[in-house]
Amino acid sequence: MLLSHSAAVARGVADLAGQMAPSATVVPVGGTADGRLGTDADALEGAVGQALAAGEEVALLVDLGSAVLTARTVLADLDDDAPVALVDAPFLEGAVAAVVTASTGAGLAEVVAQAELARGLRKT
Amino acid sequence: MGRVNLDAPTALAWLRAFAGLVDERAGELTDLDRPIGDSDHGVNLQRGMHAVVAAFDQETPETAGAVLTRAGSTLVSTVGGASGPLFGTLLRRAGKALDGGDLASALRAGLDGVVKLGGAQVGDATLVDALTPAVEALEAGRSLSEAAEAAARGAASTEPLVARKGRASYLGERGVGHRDPGAESVALLFTALAGAGA
Repeated sequence: MLLSHSAAVARGVADLAGQMAPSATVVPVGGTADGRLGTDADALEGAVGQALAAGEEVALLVDLGSAVLTARTVLADLDDDAPVALVDAPFLEGAVAAVVTASTGAGLAEVVAQAELARGLRKT
Repeated sequence: MGRVNLDAPTALAWLRAFAGLVDERAGELTDLDRPIGDSDHGVNLQRGMHAVVAAFDQETPETAGAVLTRAGSTLVSTVGGASGPLFGTLLRRAGKALDGGDLASALRAGLDGVVKLGGAQVGDATLVDALTPAVEALEAGRSLSEAAEAAARGAASTEPLVARKGRASYLGERGVGHRDPGAESVALLFTALAGAGA
């Protein structure tokens, strides 16, 4: 699941990551309900609830600032044993690593671990 | 003065007064956010507090705790920026801790929730710099006006600081000389509380 301040960013990153591994489910959650830049706690809560109801595990990638706070706030309201993890990784690179790992059938812990390795990817 | 307890009508008056102050000062809060943030603090908080007042107009919560909890949840879902989860957590946690307890300990629970959520400490140039001294004043048995003064001093204290949390932290030394808008809004929250006169 991808939480961004921007609907276009969430959608674009979901498209890119999803293309790498069509078998994983990628859910973009971006922008506010009234179409502004910002994060929508209700939309995130709804998307997480829907995924959990479908029996899925959720690795949650977020972009900046209030996305982190919104994610933590929504996660704090879930049951302690709900299989939802906030991933400490760069948004795009982490999303690609998470989706590719998930498509191999790996569980949540492995998906999170691989996504967090994306933090160390050097570009110079 | 001893422990302050809050009843539902006073809690409603408090948050309606806060919404009024945010309306009056939204432009100024956004101006504070312009050099160090994304220029939306005032307008975001204003949108959130309008939604809070609309929620109260539709259905009045019966206890002071429920008033704060409802306000907090409304802010979380309507603001869209960092002030939603931060002010929302403050009010929700305080609301949950309030019924059966006093205001100081409820606001301490709110402060603890904010610190846990955002990880800021006093001196990081955030709303925690205004909230902490205000809560401490109430815990020490001081009046609501004294708590409001403590919050205002705390907000002013953020001006010379280098921000270590939030958007302003990217600016480093360039953010020095700017008051944190979230801290200023906390000062307004306590001004409204003193005015509502619990």
